[in-house]
Amino acid sequence: MVIFLQGCKLKCAYCHNPDTIDTHGGQDHTIESLVMRAVNMKSYFGEFGGVTVSGGEPLLQSKELIHFFQRLKEEGIHTNVDTNGRLLNHFVEELLDKYTDLVMLDIKHMREEGYQMITGMKNKETTFNFAKHREASGKPMWLRYVLIPGITNKPELLHEMGTYFKDYKTIEKIEIQPYHTLGVHKWENLGWDYQLKDARENTEAEINDAVEILEQYFKEVKVN
Amino acid sequence: MEVKKFKNGVWSETIDVRNFVVNNVTPYYGDDSFLVGPSERTKKLWDVCLEASKEERQNNGVRSVDTETISGVSNFGAGYIDKENEVIVGLQTDELLKRAMKPFGGFKVVQKALEEHGLVPSDTVSELFTKYVKSHNDGVFSAYNEEIRRFRSLGLLTGLPDNYARGRIIGDYRRVALYGINTLIEAKKADKANIVGPMTDAVIRLREEVTDQIKALKDMIEMGKKYDLDLSRPAENAREAVQWTYMGYLAAVKEQDGAAMSLGNVSSFLDIYIENDLQKGLITEVEAQEYIDQFVMKLRMVRHLRMGAYDEIFAGDPTWVTEAIGGMFADGRTKVTKTSFRFLNTLYNLGPSPEPNITILWSNNLPKNFKNYCSKVAIDTSSIQFENDDMMREMRGSDDYGIACCVSYQALGKQIQFFGARTNLAKTLLLAINGGRCENTGTQMVQGIESMEGEYLDFNKVMANFKVAMKEVARVYNDSMNIIHYMHDKYYYEKSQMALIDTNPAINIAYGVAGLSIVADSLSAIKYAKVKPIRNEEGLTIDFDIEGDFPKYGNDDDRVDIFARDAVKNFNNELKALPVYKNAEPTMSVLTITSNVVYGKKTGATPDGRAKGVPFAPGANPMHGRDTHGAIASLNSVAKIDYCDSQDGISNTFSIVPKSLGATEMDRIENLSTTLDGYFSRKAQHLNVNVLNKETLLDAMENPEEYPQLTIRVSGYAVNFIRLTKEQQLEVITRSFHDSM
Repeated sequence: MVIFLQGCKLKCAYCHNPDTIDTHGGQDHTIESLVMRAVNMKSYFGEFGGVTVSGGEPLLQSKELIHFFQRLKEEGIHTNVDTNGRLLNHFVEELLDKYTDLVMLDIKHMREEGYQMITGMKNKETTFNFAKHREASGKPMWLRYVLIPGITNKPELLHEMGTYFKDYKTIEKIEIQPYHTLGVHKWENLGWDYQLKDARENTEAEINDAVEILEQYFKEVKVN
Repeated sequence: MEVKKFKNGVWSETIDVRNFVVNNVTPYYGDDSFLVGPSERTKKLWDVCLEASKEERQNNGVRSVDTETISGVSNFGAGYIDKENEVIVGLQTDELLKRAMKPFGGFKVVQKALEEHGLVPSDTVSELFTKYVKSHNDGVFSAYNEEIRRFRSLGLLTGLPDNYARGRIIGDYRRVALYGINTLIEAKKADKANIVGPMTDAVIRLREEVTDQIKALKDMIEMGKKYDLDLSRPAENAREAVQWTYMGYLAAVKEQDGAAMSLGNVSSFLDIYIENDLQKGLITEVEAQEYIDQFVMKLRMVRHLRMGAYDEIFAGDPTWVTEAIGGMFADGRTKVTKTSFRFLNTLYNLGPSPEPNITILWSNNLPKNFKNYCSKVAIDTSSIQFENDDMMREMRGSDDYGIACCVSYQALGKQIQFFGARTNLAKTLLLAINGGRCENTGTQMVQGIESMEGEYLDFNKVMANFKVAMKEVARVYNDSMNIIHYMHDKYYYEKSQMALIDTNPAINIAYGVAGLSIVADSLSAIKYAKVKPIRNEEGLTIDFDIEGDFPKYGNDDDRVDIFARDAVKNFNNELKALPVYKNAEPTMSVLTITSNVVYGKKTGATPDGRAKGVPFAPGANPMHGRDTHGAIASLNSVAKIDYCDSQDGISNTFSIVPKSLGATEMDRIENLSTTLDGYFSRKAQHLNVNVLNKETLLDAMENPEEYPQLTIRVSGYAVNFIRLTKEQQLEVITRSFHDSM
């Protein structure tokens, strides 16, 4: 079960849920109604499933999520956070350390200028600090990486990422999300200018090349 | 009796196939990597079949018909696809895809079906059936009363088996292979000797029936001889076991043309013989797969002569050769064998296909490798369905059962069922709103219902009237069933199938309902919104104005789901209170086949906002497009219908687009297996799984010849998509395709 939380401080060039960026909007749900829905879905979760909060950036509502995840844990439900890792305050720390079974951390770009180009924000270090915090807590984490031809798929960037994270013990796998243009119409619907107009989708060979590099560093590389 | 190579047990002394399987089966926990592709011989045969199927489509759906011969177990000479390449032989007639007349169900239907193809029955056959022989259909109509005819013609009862074979009975075809027919004849003779007086109706009837069964067994031996097979003795090796079992089934489809002619649960039985031959080095995996491929190919080529009107209810020329695969033994072992995999592998070796109607008996405890292989096959072919083995085994009592027709449990060799088609529950609700009159014609259908007054429908009053209407409809429905099954036994008794079943089996009478989601949503609208009836001059409600919103079935919302659950419970209770022919035990299904379209046509506007004539949702499905909270919420709503109240089955057809199951093949497989575990752990009974994009279907409508084997699950069965009418294709396309879990 994935719950998309409204609102994000970043405006990533390839965002496929641009309608969740604005912090005003979305539908209000009570925590208890969401817990009930999760409980009714519990039998379908299997070994690996559970509730994932995504967005938007879910950690903007970390205070409320503490209560939500606490309830889910009481019901024996697996909890996941899908985040850009920009926010790390005491609410986030409590949420992650006490109630979050899995963090899915989005690595936008290994270098500052690339990070800025994609997200419109400065300071890629926040992502790394976030990763460090998770590593210190000893709890599982997956990395996610959007592969864009000519922008994030350069071999040197992939090696850089591998080298940076190779000693992390909490990283179970890295998921590659090959860039796709499915979100473009949403940008148009919002009357926004799509900023990656020139980017194209990956060829199979490009994806395979990236996998080959990352496999040198990570236990598991998965292409979504 | 051949007992040397197998472990003995009760089965060695008495007719008990289950005991043989339990004592000799080799459960398999591995994966699909042992499977092999089709043999050269199989490929050649299948090419012939594909070409013949193409000719059939081009010739208005029928390749040829024999207008001289009355079909029966041994009435046709041997027929082959291509004799030198066939390791498993036998066709219904003497030629591939040639259909046969089975006029004992109803001669008029045969005449009509032939006429639609510019043919007539031979003079001899016409003379026989107009002057001398009475058919099942003649019998039924000599007993029907005015009331039943009215219910039938105005669409409250539809698809009744009153002019063709009732089907649904599953012979235990494995008995032919395990025992040989001579032993079966001896056993029946012994049974008959024990059926003694006083000579009441029931005793006399049973003595006559067993005599007919013995005659049918002798006919089967004759049928075998035409193919140089000695069916009088047991099968002695794997090829013979497959061949003998098929001959048992072939006898049934030569004699009967029931809508559903299920095969049972043969795969793990056959596996014992195959495993034995493999161990002894007599065959390799290539032959093992070849036997199954060719057996399945024969099952795919089964045909019955149908008239056009039949296609409205059962679209796509289905035969329901339902084979149940998997499940668990009561002792906790799995029934999955390598041959379970081999059956599924035919969907790759011969391509996707609606027949045989492969049904996976799903248990939480099935081996993980098998679960994942089933999910893979479902994702790749949309050709298979799933049923809750844990629940049926526990509640119905046997671990050796087949699926009759689409979804119905039937203990093999121990139990039969009387097919009851279905009644229109949505129209029954409209009777409650119209003072018991038909909403289309104004005809008084039931008495004792006050007409509704006032500007808005009053929930309590509608509910009270609905209960009266259900009681009355149940009464008429039960009357019609009793007549139909009495006459079927009298004029078209299934002697060759019953010969392969215990002499005095348990019987279920399988009633059914259609329009459940409309009833639930309508009651919800009346309760939670304001529903204003629009009445014509005669005071008949012809439409409704709905003010405000209301909860809809299919969103895991108890407020409305309870209406669906209770309607099933209440109607079932009404049926259970009525006397049944042969003391059969009533069961009920929520299943429509494709009659949801024709039921819709015959039903006026409903209080849920559905316009007059619009198709119903199939089976227990939520109404198209109203299940807006994702796939799981939709599944959960259906799972709330209690199997106790609907033991003939609760059909749910589920379509999901591939990407919402996951990004990679492994994800999709894993997610589908998990979804099935989840759904069935909530006590749901049945799930048809389609993993398709709508675009594929739209393209197939435009370019049918590029999709000769495109298969889609519709309602307890699958069809070859391009054999549906345009109207049916569009209906399938408008159904909910879930794009999120």
